[in-house]
Amino acid sequence: MNSRTSLFVLLGLGLIGLGVLGLGLKKRDEPRPSGPFSLTEVKSKAAFTDQNLRGQPTALFFGFTSCPDVCPTALVTAGKWLTALGPDADKLRFVFVTVDPERDTVEKLAEYLSAFDARILGLTGPRLEIERMCGNFGVVANKVPAGDSYNYEHTSLILLLDRSGTLVDSVDFEDREDKALGKLRALMAR
Amino acid sequence: MHRHVLFIALGLAVAPAISRSAPPESSLTVTAAWTRATPPGTRTGAGYLTIENRGPEDRLLSAESPRAGRVEIHGMSNTGGVMKMWPIKDGLVVPKGGQLSLAPGGTHLMLLELDRPIALGEKLPMVLRFEKAGVVEIELQVMPLGSKGPGSQPASRPGAAIR
Repeated sequence: MNSRTSLFVLLGLGLIGLGVLGLGLKKRDEPRPSGPFSLTEVKSKAAFTDQNLRGQPTALFFGFTSCPDVCPTALVTAGKWLTALGPDADKLRFVFVTVDPERDTVEKLAEYLSAFDARILGLTGPRLEIERMCGNFGVVANKVPAGDSYNYEHTSLILLLDRSGTLVDSVDFEDREDKALGKLRALMAR
Repeated sequence: MHRHVLFIALGLAVAPAISRSAPPESSLTVTAAWTRATPPGTRTGAGYLTIENRGPEDRLLSAESPRAGRVEIHGMSNTGGVMKMWPIKDGLVVPKGGQLSLAPGGTHLMLLELDRPIALGEKLPMVLRFEKAGVVEIELQVMPLGSKGPGSQPASRPGAAIR
């Protein structure tokens, strides 16, 4: 294989990689650390900003507590992964971010998360800040009317951020556990 | 003699089939009806079931439960990394001689305005309304949070109920 062929093969693999990562996420520029946002972590009731995404790899899942199927199932699955990782799970930060801050207040989100693995953190705050955070990572969150209520269409991938707060990979809660654990271990080894 | 035996055997084979030929209103059988325990602080849940239809085409029009302010039929998809959900207004066809399955990741009965969280160990009463078969009363088995399907036994660890 000459060097030009190798280049095309590498380019092709790169494009496939970007395509896989891009599923469920809006198109973004070059991967870079998250831009600024300021939210509240519901368990500690402390501020949680883009600076808190640094120093340790992070898994981010966006959803809402009124979601009957995907969100609770994904959070239970995340808890199983954390348990399977054993002591290594301490090196990973797992964060659930609501896309429905009007209904998901600090108190309500903290109460909701009490049903899941205690290590899963929760973020809520002003809508504008939620939107800034979603925008940082190309997360889709569309409010859809449903009768006299509403739902959200939202990105259902779990985003994987390296210790600089840069989106580097994603994992689907429906992935096989060994595949998911492989991605989480690779993230922690970065 | 052989001919008599043959007739008796035929009679025995046919009899149970005749006795089971059901009146029209019971041509539907609901199986695997289940829901999940819900986390505290939320008032929504999802119900799943399978409807087997031995009769003519029917349509599931609506559902209600004394535990929920409203029950809606919702479609759902989780493709391309995005979850979408939408109300289904016109009900769902239960095909003639076939079945309709509502399962995680797809169409479900959305329970809204629950009066309290759904807990392991309880059975959730529900009424289904069909175009032809009329009203069918069922109970949903409650499975643990995160379950992907119904169990053959009732939830065996009530101590593990969601706080």
